[in-house]
Amino acid sequence: MSNRRTFLKTLGLSSASLVLGVSGVAKGDAAVVNMSADPLALALEINPFIVIQPSGKIILINPRPDMGQGSTQAVPSLLAEELEVSLDQVSIVQSDGKGKYGDQTSGGSSSVRALWTPIRKAGAAAKEMLIKAAAQRWSVPVEECYANQAKVFHRPSGKSLTYGQVADDASKLEIPKDPKLKDPKDFKIIGKYAPRLDVPSRVTGKAVFGIDVAVPNMVYAVMMHSPMLHSKIISIDDSEALKIKGVQKVIRCERTMPHRKSEAVAIVASNYWAALSAKKVVKIEWDNGQLAETLTTDAYFKKCTEAAANEGLKAEEEGDFAATFGAAAQKLEALYETPFLAHAPIEPENAIAHVKEDGTAEIWAPIQGPDWALRDLAGYLKIKPENIKINVALLGGAFGRKAYHDFLLEACAISKEIKKPVKLIWTREDDITQGPYRPGMMAKMQGGVDAQGNIVAYHHYPIGESIQFQVFKAPNDKPDDWICGELSQKEQKYNIPAFKVSFKHVSTEIPVVWWRSVYASNFGFSQEGFFDELAHAAKKDPLKARLELMTDTRFKKVLETLAEKANWGAKLPDGYGKGMAIFKSFGSISACCITVSKQQTGVKIEKVVSVIDCGHFVNPDNVKAQTEGNIVMGITAAVKKGITFTNGQADATNFHQYQVMRINEMPPVEIHIVESGAEPGGVGEPGLPPIAPALANAIFAATGKRIRKLPFDLKTLA
Amino acid sequence: MAAISLNVNGKNYSLDIDPQMPLLWAIRDFIGLKGTKFGCGIAQCGACTVHLNGKPTRSCVLPVQAIAGQKITTIEGIGTETNLHPVQKAWIEEQVPQCGYCQSGQIMTATSLLKENPNPTDADIDAAMRGNICRCGTYDRIKKAIHTAAKTKTGKSEVSGGK
Repeated sequence: MSNRRTFLKTLGLSSASLVLGVSGVAKGDAAVVNMSADPLALALEINPFIVIQPSGKIILINPRPDMGQGSTQAVPSLLAEELEVSLDQVSIVQSDGKGKYGDQTSGGSSSVRALWTPIRKAGAAAKEMLIKAAAQRWSVPVEECYANQAKVFHRPSGKSLTYGQVADDASKLEIPKDPKLKDPKDFKIIGKYAPRLDVPSRVTGKAVFGIDVAVPNMVYAVMMHSPMLHSKIISIDDSEALKIKGVQKVIRCERTMPHRKSEAVAIVASNYWAALSAKKVVKIEWDNGQLAETLTTDAYFKKCTEAAANEGLKAEEEGDFAATFGAAAQKLEALYETPFLAHAPIEPENAIAHVKEDGTAEIWAPIQGPDWALRDLAGYLKIKPENIKINVALLGGAFGRKAYHDFLLEACAISKEIKKPVKLIWTREDDITQGPYRPGMMAKMQGGVDAQGNIVAYHHYPIGESIQFQVFKAPNDKPDDWICGELSQKEQKYNIPAFKVSFKHVSTEIPVVWWRSVYASNFGFSQEGFFDELAHAAKKDPLKARLELMTDTRFKKVLETLAEKANWGAKLPDGYGKGMAIFKSFGSISACCITVSKQQTGVKIEKVVSVIDCGHFVNPDNVKAQTEGNIVMGITAAVKKGITFTNGQADATNFHQYQVMRINEMPPVEIHIVESGAEPGGVGEPGLPPIAPALANAIFAATGKRIRKLPFDLKTLA
Repeated sequence: MAAISLNVNGKNYSLDIDPQMPLLWAIRDFIGLKGTKFGCGIAQCGACTVHLNGKPTRSCVLPVQAIAGQKITTIEGIGTETNLHPVQKAWIEEQVPQCGYCQSGQIMTATSLLKENPNPTDADIDAAMRGNICRCGTYDRIKKAIHTAAKTKTGKSEVSGGK
């Protein structure tokens, strides 16, 4: 086994400290997990990511759950490229959190960029082993053999063996430490358009999402959470609920969040509708304490505004900001504000948990990170990781939400109490009113323009709750480096002589977590909106002003591409305006130009052109699809109501109040990829941050109205 | 509880369930067809769309007692991977789905639109499809796929509603 561990280290993956049982895989039709159809049982492991069944069937393990971002294609494509197989020759199985697969969390747009080298090495190493096994079988030199389409060929004689035929021998060979990777010019799969092979199952209703999984003897549960999030239970009256046929039990339960626990009630029933019906008649008396006054978004933003009057913690300073700003001919100051937002994946949070009396547990759930879930479950249940089995189902959207395991732990708490497998499904109301949310944030912006029209001073000062502090309990005596690192001059490439970033933590009891593009969705808006203000103060074209300051060749190329594709300099009809923004996040540079037209009241979005340089990518169509999604989510975040808490409660409860963009609001979009051939960057998130500022800047160009607070109504611009 | 007769995708089912149970849960948890999805429970997102006598209907708010014996079609009755409906083919051609969770509902609404209006304009598509939310943001491709399906002749001749 030592060579396997060495292999993982060589690949740069986490060390194998956790060992689990064999994974089960969800099967479709009866929606009951077919425990006997474990594809990995009896299979030969060439390495953790490549196993070959006795039948010769090749299975690739995908270590990144698919929430719609296409990891089921992207990651196996990296393996297949080097292994010399095509994706239609293999089956793909989701990893189960075991340590041997390394990091397994879909988040931070990291799948391709983190696995680019290690997973290709896994493919290349397996290929070398299979070739070597065949060469030994034939007693010919390895150099005379090559691999293609899941077979090893002997070049001089033309004879061949399938991978299945040599898998047994190959699995016994030492894993090569430094397998040779292909030159990108020889790629057959990476960088080429390919239809996603999982799409047919997603248009026929056959794809099995978490909510679709069922296991034998399972019961259903709903939660009753406190409308004020953290209230205490005074009394529960379940007398009417227990009269409903199918309702089995009403139990005191708890919602475990990283920063605290909250009291809750669970209703268990033989079917979901019975549980939902019971929810209407269970009466709970809550002690709300002072939450009506303390748990409001107004109170939180008031604290942020007060903080803006004072200095924050300095994270970075290039040049002397105070002196340069003080001497500037024009001094600009502005407060930018972005709201709390719910992720609202269309598949609500759900999980099946079976906490067994023999001290083991099994989970079936749509979760972004089986490795993180395993760690959280082991800690919560006090069960060793090797005694917990995780089955990851497809995720019906997630956007960060399904890497927060409160719902998973609730299912465990219920199962532990009733000693049965239980399927918990949150309602949409749970999802919208309970959080966690993207944190609402403020940013104080300061900038100076000198007498010659040069932008000489810039200060970005984010204020608000920190995911690192609330979720990960990082000490808050230092600036949040997730926020400030991303806004640094090194990342954003604004070569302004005096460049400063500060931070002030303002806490809230409203639970927060990452939301698509995380803080870039807040501070892309303040950075790019305020830069537009500075450019106008300097009487410069906003795109040219950026080109003057950005010397980085990739940023320049993105700006030039945007200028060309969006016809930046072209004359517009009366009442039209164009705005643009550029932001680097998750290793990729994305820019956007939005055109709006003035209407009787407000504006209409006429067109969105996005440009992305994400370095090497796997499937250009998926890059475009993700960028399209980012445009939709970015516009939604700009113009639809955010999450507000009044009198201690979320004001919106479901999609009739928490509105998201619909098809009739979709503007024409164009996506262009800059093929820089650089190291891969992220694709799932970087398209989002430039959207809101490009829109606000376009509105300024068309109407003269400067928007510094999200959301705003397109019809009233307020 | 009462015996409720449902006709789903041409098959008759007799279920001993609460007459107030929304069709969505009867289809998913008692008939075992999981392609129809739960999204909001208040007819706001469209993930639960099925055809009732050929018309797109939100199954999450439709009590089973109101529709006993009427003709219900779910995504499973539209086409299968080996026998795809032209709308599903167009969805594959345009690579519409990201997560795909809402796409059953999108396709149910789209097949009904094309049956009523074989050559819809963008405005027709907007009007018909605005009740279906896609949080991944596939709207542009949905529009393209509906136009693509409209262009295929079979798209005009085939009707939804299963066998």
